[in-house]
Amino acid sequence: MGSVVRCDRYPYVTGSSVLGIKYKDGILLASDTAGCYGSTVRYKSVERLKRIGDNTILGASGEISDFQAITNLLDELITEDWMWDDGNKLGPFEIHNYLNRVMYNRRNKFDPLWNSLVLGGIKKGKKYLGMVSMIGVHFQDNHVATGFGNHLARPIFRDEWKEDMTLEEGVKLLEKCLLVLFYRDRSAINKFQMANVTEGGITITEPFALKVNWELEAFRNPTKGAEGSW
Amino acid sequence: MFRNQYDTDVTTWSPAGRLHQVEYAMEAVKQGSAAIGLRSKTYVVLATVNKASSELSAHQKKLFKIDNHIGIAMAGLTADGRVLSRYMRSECINHHFVFESPLPVGRLVVQVADKAQVCTQRSWKRPYGVGLLVAGLDEAGPHLYYNCPSGNYAEYHAFAIGSRSQAAKTYLERKFETFMECTKEELIRHALFAVKESLQEEELSSGNCGVAVVGIDEPFVVLDPKTLQAYIEALDSGKDEMQTMEETGTDDRQSSQVPQEGTGSRGISVGANEDTPTDMET
Repeated sequence: MGSVVRCDRYPYVTGSSVLGIKYKDGILLASDTAGCYGSTVRYKSVERLKRIGDNTILGASGEISDFQAITNLLDELITEDWMWDDGNKLGPFEIHNYLNRVMYNRRNKFDPLWNSLVLGGIKKGKKYLGMVSMIGVHFQDNHVATGFGNHLARPIFRDEWKEDMTLEEGVKLLEKCLLVLFYRDRSAINKFQMANVTEGGITITEPFALKVNWELEAFRNPTKGAEGSW
Repeated sequence: MFRNQYDTDVTTWSPAGRLHQVEYAMEAVKQGSAAIGLRSKTYVVLATVNKASSELSAHQKKLFKIDNHIGIAMAGLTADGRVLSRYMRSECINHHFVFESPLPVGRLVVQVADKAQVCTQRSWKRPYGVGLLVAGLDEAGPHLYYNCPSGNYAEYHAFAIGSRSQAAKTYLERKFETFMECTKEELIRHALFAVKESLQEEELSSGNCGVAVVGIDEPFVVLDPKTLQAYIEALDSGKDEMQTMEETGTDDRQSSQVPQEGTGSRGISVGANEDTPTDMET
């Protein structure tokens, strides 16, 4: 095995934002299903939300192949945990820490997994929602987003998220942000998925689309405030 | 246990299907001074008989904290026990580093057992000569396990190992059905009574025994001599208990040079319910 020093690689097929919020009964995650090859929206059915065990969901933006490697790692981890069959189970917080160790370790080798990960779950009534970045920065919060979602969705979360929202309120809030992302993020498409985790289990929706309106005032004469831009 | 031509190394089976070296290692545990463990729904208590090799020396340390939620008592070659402690502490810390949560005690016990098994199947190794009583917590609650030099492990409500442990075991067998509902103080009293059985003529004092406790929301701690002495002195106030022991006979107080089947008094415990209030505070 040679000592090949891999410097920062470039991502090839990437996913855009992932959004996550806590609500009354659990966690909601949302993302679109696009896989971009540079500036081409090449793959339109990429599932970027995955279930981990039966109390955690993971969403990723960034390099899709690295996301697949991460889900393989986690599947192995969950299987080994399940095989113990001793009444103990890895919870979302343990998996968060495990992922953080993995990401930070790769960063130290100058060979990062090029992903921003959103992890959400619930165990024994305790809700958990957190993020791990490709350089191993990690934190927990009531609402998180990756990539463009940080700039477009989180301001909306900060205004409109509240403690103990119902499922309907949570879904509505996410749909609002997904719509904004579709309008303004060029690597987003109008095909989304939502994942929901509660004590009762995990559901990931089939892909759905949202009603868009390009007749909005903001879209008329877009260069009005900035001559020369497009 | 007598010498025979199949006991020279651990990788030789006897015609009777036994590994004598492993059995000799278990004998080393029986020769060590006693260690006792018992548990309730919320606590596990470990107690040891501490022997000092001479009047001039301090006695051996047999209770080890492995992590905030796990501790062990050992009997046998305490040097081997120290090495296993170091391994267990290392595993706990590694698990905590990766998952930021405590390693479930059951999983640690299996790792130790697998480590011990390796020594029973390599010609250049010898089995560990120490038995471990592992007290710890996991998601399901408190547990007590016994790790054997053979690589076997089992979970127990209560157990005793080491020399004269049969006397303690007899006491535990009589009482163990009440342990689940015991308070921490009651459990410690039971442990001290069990140690008393193993000590026989000697007077129980904080100089010749040790006690450690771990519980849900209470980290593993070895009781300091002052607290321990206070518990010992409080034993006398539970007079019912003493009378019961005298009534039901003491016929199993023999040295355990040769291991014997328990012939002790297995009666239904009369009187003594451990709800005598004490003013013990820990």
